Amino acid sequence: MRYKNNKNLENNKPIRFYFDNKEYFGFEGDTLASALLANDVHLVGRSFKYHRPRGIYTAGSEEPNGIIQLETKEYTEPNRRVTEVQIYEGLKAFSQNNWPSVKFDAGAINDLLSPFFPAGFYYKTFMWPPKFWKAYEFFIRHAAGLGKSPKKDDPHKYEHFHYHCDVLVVGAGVSGLISAEIAANKNCKVLLIEQEEDLGGEILSTKNQDIKIDNLPINEWKNKIVDKLSKNSNVKIAKNTTCFAYLNYNLLLAVQEIDPEKGLNKKNDIRERIWKIRSKKVILATGAIERPIIFNNNDRPGIMLSNSAKKYLNKYGVAPGKNLVFFTNNDSAYETAIDYFEQGIKVEAIVDTRDNSDGYFPKKANELGITIIKGHEVSDTVGRLKIREVKLKKITTKNNNEKSSINIKCDLLAIAGGWTPTVHLLTQSKGKLKFRDVDGSFIPSEVYQDTLCVGSCNGDYNLNEILFKTQKDTSTYLKDNQQNEIGKVNYKSDNLKKGNHENVWITSKNNISRTKMFVDFQNDVTAKDIKLALKEGFQSIEHVKRYTTTGMATDQGKTSNVNALGIISELTNTEISELGTTTFRLPYKPVTFGAIAGRHVKEFFDLERTSPMHQWHIHNKALFEDVGQWKRAWYYPQRNESFQSALNREVKATRDSLGILDASTLGKIDIKGRDVSEFLNRVYTNSWSKLEIGKCRYGVMLGDDGMVIDDGVTTRLDEYHYLMSTTTGNAASVMSKLEDWLQTEWPELEVYLTSVTENYGTISLNGPNSKKLMQKLVPDFDFSKENFPHMSFKNINIDGIKCRIMRISFTGEMCYEINVPSGYAKNLWELCIDKGKEFNITPYGTEAMHVLRAEKGFIIVGQETDGSVTPIDLDMDWIVSKKKYDFIGKRALYRSDTIKKDRKQLVGLKTKDPNKVLEEGSQLVEEITALPMKMVGHVTSSYYSPNLKSSFALALIKGGLEKKGSVLIAPMENENIEVEITSPIFIDPENKRVNQ
Amino acid sequence: MFLINCPYCGERDQAEFSCGGEAHIARPKNPPELSDDQWAEYLFLRKNEKGIHFERWNHEYGCRQWFNLARNTATDEILSVYKMGEAPPKLKANIPATPSGEPSIGSGNLSTSKKDRF
Amino acid sequence: MFNNKYSFLSIARNALSHHENWQKTWNSPEPKKSYDAIIVGGGGHGLTTAYYLAKNHGINNIAVIEKGWIGGGNTGRNTTIIRSNYLWDQSAALYEHALKLWEGMSQELNYNVMFSQRGVINVAHNLHDVRELKRRWHANRLNDIDCEWLDTKKVKEFCPIINTSPNIRYPVLGATLQRRAGTARHDAVAWGYARGADEMGVDIIQNCEVTGINIKNGNVTGIETTKGTINSNKIGVAAAGHTSVIANMAGIKLPLESKPLQALVSEPVKPIIDTVVMSNTIHAYVSQSDKGELVIGAGTDSYTSYTQRGGFNIVEDTLMAIIEMFPIFSRMKMLRHWGGIVDISPDASPIISKTHVNGLYFNCGWGTGGFKATPGSGWVFAHTIANDQAHELNAPFTINRFSSGELVDEHGAAAVAH
Repeated sequence: MRYKNNKNLENNKPIRFYFDNKEYFGFEGDTLASALLANDVHLVGRSFKYHRPRGIYTAGSEEPNGIIQLETKEYTEPNRRVTEVQIYEGLKAFSQNNWPSVKFDAGAINDLLSPFFPAGFYYKTFMWPPKFWKAYEFFIRHAAGLGKSPKKDDPHKYEHFHYHCDVLVVGAGVSGLISAEIAANKNCKVLLIEQEEDLGGEILSTKNQDIKIDNLPINEWKNKIVDKLSKNSNVKIAKNTTCFAYLNYNLLLAVQEIDPEKGLNKKNDIRERIWKIRSKKVILATGAIERPIIFNNNDRPGIMLSNSAKKYLNKYGVAPGKNLVFFTNNDSAYETAIDYFEQGIKVEAIVDTRDNSDGYFPKKANELGITIIKGHEVSDTVGRLKIREVKLKKITTKNNNEKSSINIKCDLLAIAGGWTPTVHLLTQSKGKLKFRDVDGSFIPSEVYQDTLCVGSCNGDYNLNEILFKTQKDTSTYLKDNQQNEIGKVNYKSDNLKKGNHENVWITSKNNISRTKMFVDFQNDVTAKDIKLALKEGFQSIEHVKRYTTTGMATDQGKTSNVNALGIISELTNTEISELGTTTFRLPYKPVTFGAIAGRHVKEFFDLERTSPMHQWHIHNKALFEDVGQWKRAWYYPQRNESFQSALNREVKATRDSLGILDASTLGKIDIKGRDVSEFLNRVYTNSWSKLEIGKCRYGVMLGDDGMVIDDGVTTRLDEYHYLMSTTTGNAASVMSKLEDWLQTEWPELEVYLTSVTENYGTISLNGPNSKKLMQKLVPDFDFSKENFPHMSFKNINIDGIKCRIMRISFTGEMCYEINVPSGYAKNLWELCIDKGKEFNITPYGTEAMHVLRAEKGFIIVGQETDGSVTPIDLDMDWIVSKKKYDFIGKRALYRSDTIKKDRKQLVGLKTKDPNKVLEEGSQLVEEITALPMKMVGHVTSSYYSPNLKSSFALALIKGGLEKKGSVLIAPMENENIEVEITSPIFIDPENKRVNQ
Repeated sequence: MFLINCPYCGERDQAEFSCGGEAHIARPKNPPELSDDQWAEYLFLRKNEKGIHFERWNHEYGCRQWFNLARNTATDEILSVYKMGEAPPKLKANIPATPSGEPSIGSGNLSTSKKDRF
Repeated sequence: MFNNKYSFLSIARNALSHHENWQKTWNSPEPKKSYDAIIVGGGGHGLTTAYYLAKNHGINNIAVIEKGWIGGGNTGRNTTIIRSNYLWDQSAALYEHALKLWEGMSQELNYNVMFSQRGVINVAHNLHDVRELKRRWHANRLNDIDCEWLDTKKVKEFCPIINTSPNIRYPVLGATLQRRAGTARHDAVAWGYARGADEMGVDIIQNCEVTGINIKNGNVTGIETTKGTINSNKIGVAAAGHTSVIANMAGIKLPLESKPLQALVSEPVKPIIDTVVMSNTIHAYVSQSDKGELVIGAGTDSYTSYTQRGGFNIVEDTLMAIIEMFPIFSRMKMLRHWGGIVDISPDASPIISKTHVNGLYFNCGWGTGGFKATPGSGWVFAHTIANDQAHELNAPFTINRFSSGELVDEHGAAAVAH
C-alpha cells in the first residue's frame, strides 16, 4: 500500500516495470522491493533447497530472499537483490529457481521430502551404483544455482578510478556526516562514500518527531548538514558507492553504480566504476544491520525485519501490510510500531520476550494504547504463500498473567532481534572484535591500520551517545599538532531511554529437531541442521559453516551469521566470545567480474608489440604469429597459396637467391663500460676476452643451475662498447637478470646496460645474392669477404642513414643483418625490396626462419630447450670454456645428474618415408610394447624441407649423441612412424655457404 | 597492495615493483670447490621465514634499481627499506607467539572449541 | 567396515528419528603420551597418510595432529581441480596413481566426495603452447594416461561457451583434454578420510599445535605441542603453508618459498559450464561447482607471505583472463574470495622424503597443485614412513634431487604462467 508522505510522490512521475511479465507501476526513487510491496506483491522467489515460498525480508543489501533475474539477453544479470535495484522505465525482473511459476512451483515437493534432505545429505548418499553418479550429478546441478548466467557478451563497460585523500568516510548516516564535517572543517581532503542513492542512512527511515538533533527533527538537521558538505570544496561525495574491500596499507576498494535510475542507457556505456582509494585516515561509519529471532516457520512471505518495515513506511511511503504484529526482544520495534500506528495502520500487538521495558518508546506505545504482550514468543506461523496468522506461546520461565498460548491474525510480522554492527571492513583490515554480552553484539575492540569506527558500527545505538562519541573520537583521531579547536562541532540530542535487550536467538530451543526454524534463508539452513552438524562432531565454526552452508549464500550471512553463533552457543553451552567468528574477507557484497577487470578487456586485454615494418607486412598479406606480446610475420601467402606452398617457396627462395626477414623483435642490449669483457665472461659460457673490435661472437647463457636460458650474438662495436642480442621472448628477463647481477653481485664492475630493442629495426638479408644486394645498396663499399668477413660488423651509411651491419647468419647462408634506427626502418626495408627485385627478394616469416635454421641444426631456446637442457646436452661442449675458473652455470654442469651420459641430447631425425613430417612434440620409443611404453625422447622441431626434398626433425633423445644411425619409432594415434637418428646438421655441414 | 618506499623514487604502489626473494644470499666466490650439496644450498635452500624476512625488491617500472627490504611475513608489514649492499638492520617486530601465529580466538585456521560438546 | 554406514536408507531411517541419532563423523580425543607414528598436519595429505598407514600397513596406533580444524588449510581453499596430465614419467605415474584412487574413493570411504569426471581442457593460444601441449599429449598417451588433442573446432564443441573467435588477442589454437579428470568436493575429502581413519583407530587431534620437534642423537623422539609432549619415533610432516616453520624446529632448511595463492567463486547459477578449463597463457582456470558457483583461480603472488592474503592485482588479472576466454561471464558477480599459503619448490614438483634426521619425514612442495594428488600423496607417504624408504612412485621426489640436479620440472604442466 502506498502512502502520500513519500517524498517522491511530489514528482508524481509513475514508472512502469515488469515482474514475471506482469506490468506494475512505481515511482521515481523506489527500489524494486518498495515498488513491489506498494503493489502488494510479497512472493518474489522460492528457496534454494526446499522451494519454499519466500517474500521480501529486508530493505537493504542484506536481503536473503528477494533475489531476481534482472533483464534479458545481453543485459541480463542473475541474483540481483530487489532491495537494491532502483527502478527505471521498462525494467524487467523475473523470479528465480521455480517452475512453472513462483506461485505454483513443482520444486515445492522438496519441502515435503525435506526429512530426506538434512544438511550434508549428499555426502551420505548418491554413491551407489558408482556408474550412476553422473546421472545423480546432472540432477543435483540442475537443482542447484539460483539465477541464470548471461549467454551473450556484455554490452556495458567498466572503469577504474584512483583516488588519494586525507580522510575517507565510509557511510553517510549520522556519524558519517558528522565525521565528514569535522574533517572538512580541518581542511582535510575528504571523500565521503554512501551505498544508497541518498545521504542520511537511518535518518531517511526516521519520521518520529521526538528524534531531534539540536532541536531540529532529524531529517531537517540532515538536510542542513548535507547542504553544508555539498558546498564544501574539500569534500567529494560519491553515492551509490559501496566499499567492498579494506586491504593493507589503507587501500580500500569501492564499487559505484553509475546512474542506476537511468536504467540500461549509460553514458559512454559505463555501468560501474571501481574506486581504488588510498587514504591517510579511514573512518568507518557503516552502521548496523538488524537481526531476527528465529522460530518455527519464520520464513513465510509477509515476515520481515522490523527496521526494514520502518524504512518502507518512512522512506518509500509504502506499508507492506495492513494488520501488523511485531516480535521483539528489545526496544527497537516500538518506534516502528508507533510510526505505523500514527499512520493509521492497525498494529495488532507487539510481542515482547521481555517482562518489562522502561524505555521511552515502549512507554509511549503503551500510552497510545497499542497492545503489548509480554513474556511471550512466536511459536509458529500460518499461511503458505503469505502469512495469515501468528501463534504465540508464553515463555515458560517468565512469570506473568498472560495466557499461555495466543493466536493473532495478521498480514505482516515484523521481527526485531537485536543489532549486528557492520564490522566487515574493520576485520578485513585485520582489526579485532569483542563480544558484548549485554546486547549480543560483536563490536570493534582493536583497529589494526589507521582506522576509526564511529556510530552504530562501533556498537553505539543511542543517538545522543552517537553524537557525543562521534564528535569526540573523530576530533581526537584527526587532531593536528596544535591540538586546536578547529573543526569542532557540538551537536546534541536528548537521551531517549532505552530498555534492556534480551539475548533471545531462537525460540522453542527444546524442539529444534521437529521444527523448521530457518537460520540462513537463502541456503535453507535450519537450526536442526546446525544441531545435526554439532552432533556429527563438527565443532569449529568453520566446519559448521561448511557442512551446513550457513552464511555462504549471496547475502553472505548478514542476517544469519550471528544467530547461527547464538544457536551453537546455546546448544553447546559455550560463551559466544569463546566461539569467535569466521574470517571476513572481501567482497563485502558481490562485485561484478567486469567491474574488477575494468577496461582491460577485448582490444585492451593485452598490448600488441609490433615492429617498424608491421604495416608493410599487413599490406603484403602476411599472417602473424604471437611470440610473447609481439606480432611477428609468420608467412606471406601469395595468390591463395596454402601454408605449405608459401613456406616451401620462402625457404627455397632464400637458399637459392635472397630472402629478407624482419628480425626487429630480437632483444638488443647496448653495453658500455671498462669491464664489459669481464662481464661477458661471467654471464656466457665461452670466453670473450679476445673478441676484437668489429667482431661478433655467439654466446649461450645459463642459469646458475646449468640450464640454457638464452642465446644470441654479441658484437664488439668499439673498445668499451658492445651490442648483445637475445631471443625475442627472453629480452626482458635477460635484461633484468643482467641488471640484477651487476647491481647485487658485481657492483665493482663498470658496466652500463641500456635496452635498445625498440630503438633499432633489424633487416636480415639472407642468401647467396645477399652480398649483391648490399653492393647495390652501397656501391662504393668493399663487401669482399676479406674486408667484411662472416661474424664481423661494420658501420655503413645506407641511403644517407647510419646503419650497423652484422654478418650473423641464422640460416647458414650469407647474411647481412642491418640495424637501423626504428624511424627509418620501414623505408630501408622498402628500399631493399625495391633494389632486391632483380634477385627475386622474398620476404619470409618466422615459419620459414624456423625451417632454415633447423636445416643447419641451430637451436631455438624454448623449443630445443625447456629449462632442463645444458649446452652439453645440445652437443655444444665446444662453447663451454674449460679454462675459465667460473661463469654463471659452470658449477651446476658438474653435478652428479648433470654429467650423466644418457641425458636427453640433441640429434637430428629423418623419417623412413621422406614425405612424412613428424609432429612436433611426438615422443619416441625404441620398441612398440603394451602401454606404458618406455619413451627415450621427443621431437622438438620438425619440418618439410624443399631444399632436402624430404622431411627432417630435431629431437632430444636419451644418450642420442652416441646413437647416430639407430632406428626409433614415433607411436602416433593411428600409425607408428620409423625414424633414424642423424646429425642435426642437414645442409652444408662444413659451413661453406656462409662466408663467400 | 603494499606501499613501498623506493630509496631512490619515494613511496610507490607495489604494482611498480617485482620481488626477488630472500636477500643476502651471496653468490659463492669459489664454486668449483663446493660440493653438490653446498651448491644446492646456494641455489635452492631458503629460510622462508615466518616473521622478519629480509628480501630483495626491484623497482621494475621505475628506476629499475634493486634494494633490500625487511618485512614481517606474518603480517606483511614493511619494517625497513635499505640499499643493496648495506647490512640488514637489527629489528624487532610483532612475531607470532606460537609458530603458526594464529590468534587465540576465532578467525584463521584455529578451531575454537576447547573440549568435546556432545 | 563402517559401523555407521552411510546410504540413502540410513538417511531415510534417521529421518524417522528427526536426524537426532547420527554418530560423530570422527572423534576428537585428547592425545595419548605416545604413538607408533605421528602425522603433523590434518589436511588432505595428512589424513590420507594416516588412513593408508592403517589400511595398507596395519599401523593404526597413530595420531594426526592439527593446529586448527581439519581440512582448514589448503585442502579447504583450493579450486578442486583433479587431473594427471603431467609431462615427465615420474610425475605422470604419481598423479595417475592418485587419479585411480579418486575413481574409487567415495565407495572406499563410504563418503560421497562428489568426484566428477567432467574432463579438464588445457588451452593453447600460440604456436609455442601448441608444441608444449602436444608434447604432453603424446607423453600422456604413451604413459597410458587418457589424453586427446582438440583442434579449435572441437574445443568449441566440447565447451560451447569458450570464445574461439580468431579475432581476440590470443585466439584458441587447440587444447588437450583429459576426460577422466575433473573436480571434487574438497571438504568432503578431509571429512571422509578422517572418518575412515578414525574408524580404524587413528586419533585425530584438533586444536593442537606443534611447537617443537625433539631429536636425540640424530633420531626423532617426539613433538612438543600446545597439549604437551607426544612421543614417537616416526613423524611425518604434511603441513603445507607452514612446512618451513616446522622444518626449522628440526634444524632443517628446505628449498621452499611460501606464497599466497588466491581464489574466488561467483554467485551460484544454473549449470553453464560442464568441464574444467585451464589456460597458461591467458592465465586462469575455471569450473562450476555442483552448487552452481564458478570456481576460479590463477597463479600465486610473487612474494613470501603467511597472511593468506595477496594483492588485488592478481584478482584483476585473473578476471580479465576469464572474461577474455568467456566474455559471457562479465556480468557475473564475485561472491567470495580467499587465499591460502602454498609452498613453492624450484621445479614445481613435490618433495616426499626422508631427512637426515632418522624417523623424520617431510611431504611438501606441492605448490599450487596438491589437491589432485591427495590420495596418492598419502599412499606413498604412508609407505615411506612405514618402511623408512621411498615408494617407487615418490623415489624421484626426494630432497636429494636438488643436489644431484635431477629436478622434475613441471612448471608447464602445473599451469604456472611464465
